Amino acid sequence: MADTAASTSRGPRGPKPKRIFSGTNILLYGILILVSLYYLVPLWVMIMTSLKTMPEIRIGNVFAPPVEITFQPWIQAWSQHCTGLVCKGLSPGFWNSVQILVPSVILSIVIASINGYALINWKFKGSEVFFVILMIGAFIPYQIMLYPMVIMLRELGVYGSLTGLVIVHTIFGMPILTLLFRNYFSSVPEELFKAARVDGAGFWGIYFRIMLPMALPIFVVAIILQVTGIWNDFLFGVVFISKAENYPMTVQLNNIVNSVQGIKEYNVNMAATLLTGLVPLVVYFLSGKLFVRGIAAGAVKG
Amino acid sequence: MAVVDQSAAPVSAERSAARARKPNKLFRNLTAKIAMIPLVFVSVGVFVGFTIWTIVYSFTSSKLLPKLNFVGFEQYTRLWADRRWLQSIENLAIFGFFSLILTLVVGFTLAALLDRKIRGEDVFRTIILYPFALSFIVTGLVWQWILNPQFGIQHIVQSLGWTSFQFDPLNNPDIVLYGILIAGIWQGTGLIMCIMLAGLRGIDDDIWKAAKVDGIGTLKTYLRIIIPMMRPVFITSLVLIAAGIIKVYDLVVAQTSGGPGLASQMPAMYVYDYMFGGQNLGQGFAASTMMLVTVAIILIPWAYLEFGGKKRG
Repeated sequence: MADTAASTSRGPRGPKPKRIFSGTNILLYGILILVSLYYLVPLWVMIMTSLKTMPEIRIGNVFAPPVEITFQPWIQAWSQHCTGLVCKGLSPGFWNSVQILVPSVILSIVIASINGYALINWKFKGSEVFFVILMIGAFIPYQIMLYPMVIMLRELGVYGSLTGLVIVHTIFGMPILTLLFRNYFSSVPEELFKAARVDGAGFWGIYFRIMLPMALPIFVVAIILQVTGIWNDFLFGVVFISKAENYPMTVQLNNIVNSVQGIKEYNVNMAATLLTGLVPLVVYFLSGKLFVRGIAAGAVKG
Repeated sequence: MAVVDQSAAPVSAERSAARARKPNKLFRNLTAKIAMIPLVFVSVGVFVGFTIWTIVYSFTSSKLLPKLNFVGFEQYTRLWADRRWLQSIENLAIFGFFSLILTLVVGFTLAALLDRKIRGEDVFRTIILYPFALSFIVTGLVWQWILNPQFGIQHIVQSLGWTSFQFDPLNNPDIVLYGILIAGIWQGTGLIMCIMLAGLRGIDDDIWKAAKVDGIGTLKTYLRIIIPMMRPVFITSLVLIAAGIIKVYDLVVAQTSGGPGLASQMPAMYVYDYMFGGQNLGQGFAASTMMLVTVAIILIPWAYLEFGGKKRG
């Protein structure tokens, strides 16, 4: 192990370590397994608690698997749990989130991809300045833009509605997505663009026939980024939605679990929490390396 | 669609420069300019415009509705005299300090461990990163449950025989921030680990070989050679973590709602409550402006280090 040399962006290379049970190795894997436990325990606890009955929760401990598996908490959390007078569970929140998610993802990605393409291939005086402002904007705390945004949405007549929230997500998703597409298109050889221009293709012609088909992988990365980001949003949901029946899933979840009235049903709470986390988790486990690529794109500037 | 003949331009390396010299500038590539309207609107209209709007109104006495009657720094003096705000700043400082240090240390250590040519690297990485896909609300609620004094860790340790064991961070004002820290670290270290791992993979093999030849131990190589070499990666991580810390909101809302008492209040909660709950807009504007100032203090030196001198393009 001592001569381990990490290298290249593709991963470790060279011969495998010879002695598997050397002291260093035991320490290494020991630490990693312990650390993994810290990361896995919450997921385990969530699943186990959501499958237990309340009497069992009261006598047992949170880490123990259920003696008797019940799916009642899941059903309860999904469609029967009461918040106030409404007893529909989390499902309305789920559908609200879907209705917010789908248009936001499509709209923000379409706009950002066109912006990124225009920024690289159709530069005009000052276009870079706008891009730099957009990048700085990504670091501005949202709080400072919330109120003017409320006023704008109110003027447009969409404050409090799902449409309003779609606009908000599209706006605040723009910096990162534009960066993503701009960096991708800047790696496309310029000759390709020039050749298309010589052949008479215009702005949209080049975008749809050349850039779009080439950028499909980056579209997937953008979708992953947006789906998890928008699904997990809480602040915008609280601020820009005014009616409880329009709340996205995260807001509804928080209202259910942190409600002060009634008896705490921990199993239902955990089932609800899992249900809310399910969409990003599925995206994460299905996307694998693309997820990493998405967050790396967000983290490391090009 | 675009009405420009570009055949003369390709000779020039900088296409835009060549184009700019031709007449009728404003309407050249009109389609492209129209397509850029959203970008221009968001960058100038929203990010610059909205920010300035809030800063301007933070100098007014706006209560229920924004009104332009200027009162100078009154909102700010009131803000810095408010116990709740001072407490939030203190909380943020403590939480931020530990969060920053721990995330960097844990993130780097994990990346270094994963980089030691181990088996099952993908599995470990997947496990460490998955919390990052979850929302702060989910994170906060799970840890609220695990730290529950009646059923969670405290109860289990007690039932194992150590009856005097006390670990109830979410209801103990002295340690509530550490309870939130445990959850925050759980959610956020995966990202930093990934960035660090990418940084480690970018380090040349020869560095390791040279260190080996010189007889420098592994640990020493990391501390003396690798970490100084990874300075840009560390700075990027630092900025990312710091920007996240200042915005911390949902995690605390889900885990403690700012309690017990004021013990886990955060600036972002103060802003929200005054803007949308307390209907004291001026205070909310002033507080959010202070948040912006904090970000600027972190960001400007970084931008200077990162882009100072050289131009991006």
